[in-house]
Amino acid sequence: MTAFTINGQAVNVATEPDTPLLWVIREHLKLTGTKFGCGIAQCGACTVHVDGEPMRSCQTFLEDVAGRKVTTIEGLSPDSSHPLQRAWIAEQVPQCGYCQSGQIMQAAALLAATPNPTREQIVDHMDGNICRCGTYVRIISAIQRAAREG
Amino acid sequence: MTPILQPQSRVLSRRSFLVTTGGLGIAVAFGSVPDLASGAAMASAAEGDFRPNAWITIGADGTVSIISPAVEMGQGITTTLPLLVAEELDADWSRVRVVQAPSDAETYGNPGFYGIQLTGGSESTRGYNAVLRMTGAQTRLILLAGAAGMLNVPVSELETEPHRVLHPSSGRSLDYGEIAARALLPDPLPQATEADLKQSDRWRYIGTRTIQRIDVPSKVNGTAVFGIDVQLPDMLHGAVLRAPIQDERPETIDDAEARDVPGITHIVPLSYGVGIVGETVEATRRAKDLLNVTWSTTSRVRNYSSQRLLDEYRAVGRDFGQQGVPAHTNGDAEAAIAAATTVIEADYMSDHVAHATMEPMNATALVTGDRVEIWAPTQGPTGTQGFAAEVVGTTPDKVKVNTTLLGGGFGRKAEADFIIDAVSLAKAVEGRPVKVIWSREDDVRHDKFRPLEAQHVKVGLDAEGNIVGWRHRIVADSIFARTLPPVFEEAGGHDDVVTEGAKFNYTVPAHQIEYLRQDNGLAIGFWFAVGVGYTRFAIECVVDEIAAARGIDPVALRLELLKDQPRARKVIETVARMAEWDRARDGRGLGVAYSDAFGSHCAQVAEVSLNRDTGAIRVHKVWCAIDPGVAIQPLHIEAMMMTGITNGTGHALFEQINVIDGEVQESNFDTYRVIRMSEAPEIEVAVVPTPGSPFGGIGQAGLPPTGPAIANAVARLTGGVRLRHYPFTPERVKAALDT
Repeated sequence: MTAFTINGQAVNVATEPDTPLLWVIREHLKLTGTKFGCGIAQCGACTVHVDGEPMRSCQTFLEDVAGRKVTTIEGLSPDSSHPLQRAWIAEQVPQCGYCQSGQIMQAAALLAATPNPTREQIVDHMDGNICRCGTYVRIISAIQRAAREG
Repeated sequence: MTPILQPQSRVLSRRSFLVTTGGLGIAVAFGSVPDLASGAAMASAAEGDFRPNAWITIGADGTVSIISPAVEMGQGITTTLPLLVAEELDADWSRVRVVQAPSDAETYGNPGFYGIQLTGGSESTRGYNAVLRMTGAQTRLILLAGAAGMLNVPVSELETEPHRVLHPSSGRSLDYGEIAARALLPDPLPQATEADLKQSDRWRYIGTRTIQRIDVPSKVNGTAVFGIDVQLPDMLHGAVLRAPIQDERPETIDDAEARDVPGITHIVPLSYGVGIVGETVEATRRAKDLLNVTWSTTSRVRNYSSQRLLDEYRAVGRDFGQQGVPAHTNGDAEAAIAAATTVIEADYMSDHVAHATMEPMNATALVTGDRVEIWAPTQGPTGTQGFAAEVVGTTPDKVKVNTTLLGGGFGRKAEADFIIDAVSLAKAVEGRPVKVIWSREDDVRHDKFRPLEAQHVKVGLDAEGNIVGWRHRIVADSIFARTLPPVFEEAGGHDDVVTEGAKFNYTVPAHQIEYLRQDNGLAIGFWFAVGVGYTRFAIECVVDEIAAARGIDPVALRLELLKDQPRARKVIETVARMAEWDRARDGRGLGVAYSDAFGSHCAQVAEVSLNRDTGAIRVHKVWCAIDPGVAIQPLHIEAMMMTGITNGTGHALFEQINVIDGEVQESNFDTYRVIRMSEAPEIEVAVVPTPGSPFGGIGQAGLPPTGPAIANAVARLTGGVRLRHYPFTPERVKAALDT
């Protein structure tokens, strides 16, 4: 059993300690907002926060989060009102939407550390997150909007 | 193709009616009909051949439920199609609920797309808009008639505002819900005609920038349910080890170690691989890695090496002794070229590209006796029924498909291989659902790639530089020969989707398009814009080559070739203005390209720079003007153009699958390079509709012009260095610069 906190709730998960956190979150805890994209930390679809830091959950293992605090897209805000979530709707960012949980979690970490990022800082921070629908232009606009509107 | 509007309405029951138009029947029900998907009560009341389900219900509380016959893979169609109904119904959009259609081609098949229920080809709006608008208009007439009875006034004194029927002279009004709760259908039914459709100046929703997509809120908080997210009681997990080379089979299977992994319940030999079923995803993934399988070595795909084949394809294209299947013939192009003053001749090629949808292939299935239920992100729910039935040995009507959201489709999810996996494993563990998720490595290696292709274009000009003849030879394997053999055979061995886009709207007196099929065994498939993605690359680059040969401006040449086509000229003139075409940029080049594919006119200008030492191209900005005919949701059309341009840049610069001796060399995003944010151009889009013209497709319309605009920009920047092979890797660019 591995104990950790996810979205404010204490959980105990019984599976091998080297299981990717991604599958623990999705299939054991049924929090399916976090997505499987590549399994090798190349696409960012599985991004969650571990103690506030953005991490690729496909290359983070259950044993790595013992006793730590994990936040997923479901826990980013209690009512989907995080400035990024509001900006994502205002800018109509998602198309297929599959990568967007990871994009938002990655962006949330940026704004937490850098409330008013430049365009260059945004691109630099977000470059590990692939969007196959090519929503990059609107992702940048939405992050800028969230920074502006708070 | 647009269905002819000859609508007819007839009563199904006291509270439901059927509108038929364009070969499709749409049932509308008043009051509470909770089971939209079965519609059993109405089916029993139906006559003739129709098995109508309620597409549209208006509940007593006024909630209007509208079925989306097309699936949502990011293209916004589950907003667009119901919005068309709401527009003509004069419904309040905030009181509309959208329901995903069940698998039933007879009821929901696209009248403009072979009558099949497959979402693709940018065909949904084009195929369904007429029937959906007509049904909205018909339903509005019936609501008016019902209200006339309830208010005891002539229907001619009534009008509507969103969700209400008004009687202005008395000030009385009724909500649609009140009418639906109480009104009986008038006898005889009023019959809407095309004249009852709103004129564009009365549209409340079409063309506005305020309508948001219905699926967006669920996609920012993790609640959207994609196929991979399906969770069912008692569900097992599955993984499949596939043969490393297509069409090989397992010969010996050593599963001793795999069986020992805790949680593994079944090892399932398959004709094309080995399936594993277990209690957790992680167990099945571990066990898959521990399988020890020897494979047959008989597949002819072992002879498939893509770069060698591409050289062969190019040679075939150049060899006019080899005659192709005619794809389009207008006049005697060869004779015209033989008499020409100047001949321009060029080869254009592209490598295989992979779909790599962000949601890897997956499906969930439950087999119980001869019944199958499937939950899947599929573009083709009714095709899925047939493939699943075959696996289980049942009939398609016993297969129920629940279509989830698709995490990207791009044609890949029109295939059935991932469905067959889930059904095969579910059959082995009958009674418990099994969810199969492919690894990304399998998703890339076992994709159905865009065809490897070479094109040879030969154009003759007279002494004044006018085009007198245009020959276009397309050398590639066939998609339809594998996926739709009857369509391929009926066309006499022509593959309409592989050569798609070769026929253009430029005015040329003689035009000949040939298809030279190369059957080398590797399964190829539908990718974003399919044939148009490469045929317009060749055509638009050749147009620039002609402009260069004549010493005239490429924008001016296109306008000359399109002089009697105002919509085409409009997008080219618009984009030239947006990009300030005539303003020179230091160290940067501009290139233009245009496409009329998918029923929409799209012109783009790309601004690029080039690192001559490394051969790396940087696309700084792309301007785009799009005329989709009617612009239903301009805000969303802009997004679709951004998708096309971003991926259009990615496939032109980066995307490349190499097959060597039948083995795919790339496997994940570390080796299969897709475009990232730092490489994506800035994009500016102008949506310039032409009201009164047909509804065009937009899903794929933005991709074809981007690549040739980039190549044309590089040529203008370098004094004529032509890039003729997708992708424009730095090595290829360097090689072109050096020659």
